[in-house]
Amino acid sequence: MTILVDKNTRVLVQGITGREGSFHTKMMLEYGTKVIAGVTPGKGGLRVHGVPVYDSVEEALAKHPEINTSIIFVPAPYASDAVYEAIDAGIKLIVVITEHIPVHDAMKFINYARMKGSIIIGPNTPGIISPGEAKVGIMPAHMFTKGPIGVISRSGTLTYEIAYALTKAGFGQSTCVGIGGDPIVGLDFIEVAEMFRSDSETKALVLIGEIGGNLEEVFADYVLKKGYDKPIVAFIAGKTAPPGKRMGHAGAIISMGTGTAQSKIEALTSAGIPVAEKPSDIPKLLARVMKG
Amino acid sequence: MELYEFESKRIFMSKGIPVPRGVVIERIEDVNKVTLKPPLMVKAQIPIASRGRLGGIVKVKSLDELKHVVSRLLNTVIGGLKVRKLLIEEAVDIAREYYLSLTIDRVKRKPVILASSEGGVDIEEVARREPWKIIKHYIDPIIGLRDYELRRIAFKIGLRDSSLIREFMSIARAMYNIFTEFECELVESNPLVLTVNGRFVAVDAKIIVDDNALFRHRELELLRRECREYTELELKAREHGFTYVELDGEIGIIGNGAGLTMATMDLVKYYGGNPANFLDIGGGARAEVVKEAVKILLLNPKVKGILVNILGGITRADEVARGVIEALNEVNVRKPIIVRLKGTREEEGRRILSKVGIPLYEDMDEAAKRVVELVKGEGSGARS
Repeated sequence: MTILVDKNTRVLVQGITGREGSFHTKMMLEYGTKVIAGVTPGKGGLRVHGVPVYDSVEEALAKHPEINTSIIFVPAPYASDAVYEAIDAGIKLIVVITEHIPVHDAMKFINYARMKGSIIIGPNTPGIISPGEAKVGIMPAHMFTKGPIGVISRSGTLTYEIAYALTKAGFGQSTCVGIGGDPIVGLDFIEVAEMFRSDSETKALVLIGEIGGNLEEVFADYVLKKGYDKPIVAFIAGKTAPPGKRMGHAGAIISMGTGTAQSKIEALTSAGIPVAEKPSDIPKLLARVMKG
Repeated sequence: MELYEFESKRIFMSKGIPVPRGVVIERIEDVNKVTLKPPLMVKAQIPIASRGRLGGIVKVKSLDELKHVVSRLLNTVIGGLKVRKLLIEEAVDIAREYYLSLTIDRVKRKPVILASSEGGVDIEEVARREPWKIIKHYIDPIIGLRDYELRRIAFKIGLRDSSLIREFMSIARAMYNIFTEFECELVESNPLVLTVNGRFVAVDAKIIVDDNALFRHRELELLRRECREYTELELKAREHGFTYVELDGEIGIIGNGAGLTMATMDLVKYYGGNPANFLDIGGGARAEVVKEAVKILLLNPKVKGILVNILGGITRADEVARGVIEALNEVNVRKPIIVRLKGTREEEGRRILSKVGIPLYEDMDEAAKRVVELVKGEGSGARS
């Protein structure tokens, strides 16, 4: 078992005829992901790397009812419309790769998706990979291998870096989930950790966070209060980064001193989660906690 | 992007929120045209929170005193920012200071209204010591804000007089409309003053808009041209589509993705160097963007060596390699450059760079260690 994506994943690519959409359709196909169809309004009838293109999500689903996942490469100004189209068509897992989506747009479609029972991953995510099963994302596949480690990350490229370090050290991954780097994302650390909790293949978690927001602190609090029966190690990027822009007093009132690398590292450590000093230290830490 | 206080107040006014009578001046001569009635508040237009404590807000009792203060404040530097504009306003007789804001709560994924009858400079202290005095109300972003929600907030912050409640509700409603119409990350008034005459006045106003939504707001896009909190180089970087923040160190950093770029900076620090900047070329950068990024660091005299750390997903290694070479062709400055490239089209990137003798590093630790060594031993004129 893995979480979110596996051998049964059947993918629709929205924005398939664009530069990124087409390139990563090819990469996903090469990885063995079942990419069933694509959508670009006005480009219906084309084929991209052999994948049929339709004018609408509705049409794609009518022809290919087995589709259960969508990946979105549509540019930011039009991305939220594509998300609504996927939600309304009843697709239950929607991976939003697009960067720079206005935060009010994201906030609305994420709340709407929850109402309709769809899961949004992202926006601004590298996607999800369950090595050996399916890749619904843009990550360089050769850095990932199948194994027992679940990875949850707010970052894109840093996830590849750490997955690669894990792979080199012999720690394969069950599923790697990029939750997205934007202020508002569809699934947070806790929700993904809950999925990993009941996944028998996953034996330990790696959490990759960065400065800003308080998702890491909230996660630490959750582990402290609810407990977690699989070992977890973490890495936090941004120890040397300048403090982010200040969101007035409101930002301070909501975050109450959280958001810095130090606050996150302290919160995780006090929840019993060791935090690696640098990415290449993660495998060593994992070896230690998995033995213990 | 954070708007200046006077810009925020113009937007507040256009939506019917009372603000003090005031004018903006940019030149000392303009002080003679001021027809406001003292006492007056002189407020430096710089977007930093500690402006008052740093002397950027001064109360004057007469127009003579105003001239003095204006000539003292205008064009000085406060908190590292040059004061180019002053907002001069009629002082308000304060009965009580309230706090009111709208922002986005990342964990709840919803807009939140924060309101308190204990507004003013110590609001964050109130939040720490007596958090129950700050009312937090989450709004469903799909349904929007209902009047009963505002009425409830008004009661909870202790308003009883029905006309005051109505006034508070209309101000909060207007702030919510600004929040949604201009797609803001923050709309805040602290203090929202209740005057001795029993009226609410937004004595301070702060608006931060979402940069990603500016394409839908041409009127705000124009404001952005003014230099704001960014340095020249930071503005230039924005034009080229990457994020650049200057720091104090000597090692220039280029990465793709904020997380990896920050981790690269942290690693340079770990090995004894100091990052000179944060430069994230983002996802899917073409050679042109990489070229401009490398050029900015080559031309910055504080930068003694450059570490490029790219892990391709959406970014292709061959484009990065081409960008590095084009920058070296266009700029006649040589500094140690260490390139670490992995991922999509890695082999092609390696081939391109090897033609000009730039070795590719496989390992991020090795690359960071090496650039620190080269910069520390800079006297030897090493070029990698």
